[in-house]
Amino acid sequence: MARILIDKLRHSYVQDPQKPEDYALREMSLEMADGGAYALLGPPGCGKTTLLNLISGLLHPTEGRILFDDTDVGRKTPEERNIAQVFQFPVVYDTMTVYDNLAFPLKNRGVAAGEIDKRVREIADMLDLGHMLGRRASGLTADGKQKISLGRGLVRSDVNVIMFDEPLTVIDPHLKWILRSKLKELHTRIRRTMIYVTHDQTEALTFADRVVVMNLGEVVQVGTPVELFERPAHTFVGHFIGSPGMNALPCAVENGMPSFLGNPVRLGSEIRVPNDGGKLEIGIRPEFIKFNEHEAGPAIPVEVTKVADAGRFRIVEARHKGQLLKVLVTEGDAIPTGTSHVRFDPTHTHLYSDGWLVK
Amino acid sequence: MNKQVNQKAWFLVLPVVILVAFNAVIPLMTVVNYSVQETFGDNVFSWAGVIWFEQVLNSPRFHDALLRQMLFTAIILAIEIPLGLIIALAMPRKGFWVSVCLVLMALPLLIPWNVVGAMWNIFALPEIGLLGKGLNSLGFDYNYTRQPLTAWFTTVLMDVWHWTSLVVLLCYAGLVSIPDDYYRAAKIDGASAWAVFRFIQLPKLKRVLTIAILLRFMDSFMIYTEVKVLTGGGPGNATTFLSIDLDKIALGQFDLGPAGAMSLIYFLIILLFSWLFYTLMMRNEAQ
Repeated sequence: MARILIDKLRHSYVQDPQKPEDYALREMSLEMADGGAYALLGPPGCGKTTLLNLISGLLHPTEGRILFDDTDVGRKTPEERNIAQVFQFPVVYDTMTVYDNLAFPLKNRGVAAGEIDKRVREIADMLDLGHMLGRRASGLTADGKQKISLGRGLVRSDVNVIMFDEPLTVIDPHLKWILRSKLKELHTRIRRTMIYVTHDQTEALTFADRVVVMNLGEVVQVGTPVELFERPAHTFVGHFIGSPGMNALPCAVENGMPSFLGNPVRLGSEIRVPNDGGKLEIGIRPEFIKFNEHEAGPAIPVEVTKVADAGRFRIVEARHKGQLLKVLVTEGDAIPTGTSHVRFDPTHTHLYSDGWLVK
Repeated sequence: MNKQVNQKAWFLVLPVVILVAFNAVIPLMTVVNYSVQETFGDNVFSWAGVIWFEQVLNSPRFHDALLRQMLFTAIILAIEIPLGLIIALAMPRKGFWVSVCLVLMALPLLIPWNVVGAMWNIFALPEIGLLGKGLNSLGFDYNYTRQPLTAWFTTVLMDVWHWTSLVVLLCYAGLVSIPDDYYRAAKIDGASAWAVFRFIQLPKLKRVLTIAILLRFMDSFMIYTEVKVLTGGGPGNATTFLSIDLDKIALGQFDLGPAGAMSLIYFLIILLFSWLFYTLMMRNEAQ
């Protein structure tokens, strides 16, 4: 068990990195509390797997430090770091039984036979593998194999951190949900630090207490799922998380107030509108735009152009002076046709400058 | 849903059927024809039943050739398979040297078989060959044209030189296709190099090794050209393997009947062994 501290870390796959583009991972500092459930979330190629491999020790960083508690582990091997990792494609030792697979990491470390047996059975019960301990691992389905990979990590009682590299990619959709809740349940039970890498927001948001959103080799935001939803630190987070993503609308400044194509926009908090020439945008999630005909006060006239049914709610595409606005309407609520008006919920309306949230 | 039967597809395979008929079925049937008939001059044939089969199966000459053949195949399999595996494991996985190694490995496979025989024939000559003269000047009494044991040694060495590459290339392809995650997981599980070989590489190479063993078995069991050029089956009958013996009977003595019968028996032996190998090695797969 360990608290993980990442200090001014940079990594490049190039021999002699010069330009910032040479770095797969731009400079970052990050702290992960002992026993926490973290997710690294980002599109493919954003550097999340690189970061994971740096923490696990499969890669060594070009610059910066990685500390487990107070020990710098940057140059240590995965074995020395005492971590466990579950990979995208299930790794099982084909010729061994499920039992031997689970016992393998302990045997390699010379643990006494009695202790091995106790641990293996305990972990097998936890993962519902108890009834198939004697079976050959190669005959199992993908989710069974993935459970074994996970079990090999859990079986060692002293691992510092357990890491998951998109572990549900090859699992059938209906089993994904089961395995995901199993992971969550395991975390609550054993309270070990877990880091989960994925590009799937549902997986990240349901698993993690805190989500690290990455893009283009940088950490964009670290926060709880609620924070990511309600206060995206960057328009990228707004787009990437949520379905559909946040509306990013062009913004101008009129009389010191932000305005959207001539309509003054109220923001949740009193902020000073920046004046540094950065590109300004107004960010508002489709959940926080309402159609409203009757209430008094400023409203933005729109033309409803398209309605898509997404089950419990409907996604409405409306246009104001040609600018597209996505609006989420709960099932059962009326949707106007033709011309209508929308209002923005001020507490959830944010201002962005060059992509970053203005605080 | 009604599936429509479309027999026109057969026309598409017709060219292949004709090709196979001319290069395999018709020659084979000719052999079958010879094996059950007595031949006289002027293309006069008469029915002979199974006497040629009885004659071949009871002949000590056939037994000796078969024994020599099995011994030879066993020796080269015992050398080439482990050696090929070891070389493949030792080869680099990335970088400049990969292509160098692969080209070097592929070279022996590109040389025509009779050239291989001729090369080794000269290479091993005790008076002028590098190998032959070298061994003799080191104090070994080496003369493959006169000593059965050194003739065997040379034949085996030649085959190992010629064909180990095939095993290497197959194993290398198998090794490269093992995903990195397996090695990473093993590293994290604290597995030793031996455990990685025993529990990851060897199981993953099982299919490739099966193919390698099958190919080397069949090829070595049919070995002809190289030995024909190197020793011609000698000294005496020391390296007269099945194919060389068959050649002597069919083309040397022109005994078409016994040669036909022997060909079929030869063919069935290879088929039987290949089937046995394959079934035994794939038995665990089904479980």
